[in-house]
Amino acid sequence: MSSATATTEPRAYHLPEEPHLHEGHSTMLGFWMYLMSDCLIFAILFATYAVLGGNFAGGPGPKDLFDLPLIALNTAMLLFSSITYGFAMLAMEKNKVSATQGWLFVTLLFGGAFLFIELYEFSHLIHEGAGPWRSAFLSAFFTLVGTHGLHVTFGSIWLITLMVQVAKKGLIPANKRRLMCLSLFWHFLDVIWIGVFTFVYLMGVLR
Amino acid sequence: MSDAVHPHGGHGHHDDHHDDHSHGSFGSYMIGFGLSVILTAIPFWLVMSGTLGDPQLTGFVIMAFAAVQVIVHMIYFLHMNTRVEGGWSFMAMMLTIVLVVITFAGSMWVMYHMNTNMMPHADMEMVGEMSASHDMNAMANMSEMP
Repeated sequence: MSSATATTEPRAYHLPEEPHLHEGHSTMLGFWMYLMSDCLIFAILFATYAVLGGNFAGGPGPKDLFDLPLIALNTAMLLFSSITYGFAMLAMEKNKVSATQGWLFVTLLFGGAFLFIELYEFSHLIHEGAGPWRSAFLSAFFTLVGTHGLHVTFGSIWLITLMVQVAKKGLIPANKRRLMCLSLFWHFLDVIWIGVFTFVYLMGVLR
Repeated sequence: MSDAVHPHGGHGHHDDHHDDHSHGSFGSYMIGFGLSVILTAIPFWLVMSGTLGDPQLTGFVIMAFAAVQVIVHMIYFLHMNTRVEGGWSFMAMMLTIVLVVITFAGSMWVMYHMNTNMMPHADMEMVGEMSASHDMNAMANMSEMP
């Protein structure tokens, strides 16, 4: 070894340093993976509904139960919340804290309205004796739509959490990343809702 | 499309897309929103007014509208394209779509055959093959019953 010239570097078969990837570089991809697996949960619930959706057990069917104007209103709420979240993301990119917070709050209001209408619908159905115990159709219906509603509920809680975070720490990179994850989650729920209102409500009334 | 952008987009439209995390612009969000409203309103109107008459045709049409709207959401709201995260997001989505199709179509296929075969169909088959198609219709009606 000592015979080596001064210019010869010692042979190293490892990287001198671990590559420094910036913090959270894989968060978005990881979160996308989560959304895709969540998508599979919904696929299974949709398939369950497709299989059981015709088993009324002598109980009420979709035509007797579903109130399409109410569902249209609900759909509008979720769609509005999607676009207002988009505006929040645009404000976030321009580092406007108060505008971001404002649009997030509007999103929260629309999300809350969606949940309120959905809970009203559920309580109305249960009051009419069309609860999830009534028939396989209603079990599958409440499981599918309820799971979506539960996602919106947790999305709203997450939204409040992030508003507090942004209020405390501002639009730091970590908060921006979190807001981008919730953005994916929120828009993803809207995509699932397209499937719900088309396949469950509209097709249900058609059959 | 580009005409629709200008009134809304204004100066904010020319954002630089310095990374592959495209967040869209005001214009692209408004395009997505406008398309979504149209693609939502038409199916509701078709079903509530019964314009097309035939429920099966209406069903196919609203499913097509839903499929288009999902793609619109993917592009304008979720900013999905083949370049995000070096294409891995797109690959994951494709795998998911394959799995969703297998799950959904498989369930429907299996349950359809179970419904037709688990009914007292086998006894009637002995009567003769000629009445098989008639039996199938009867089975379809029976499966509707509780």
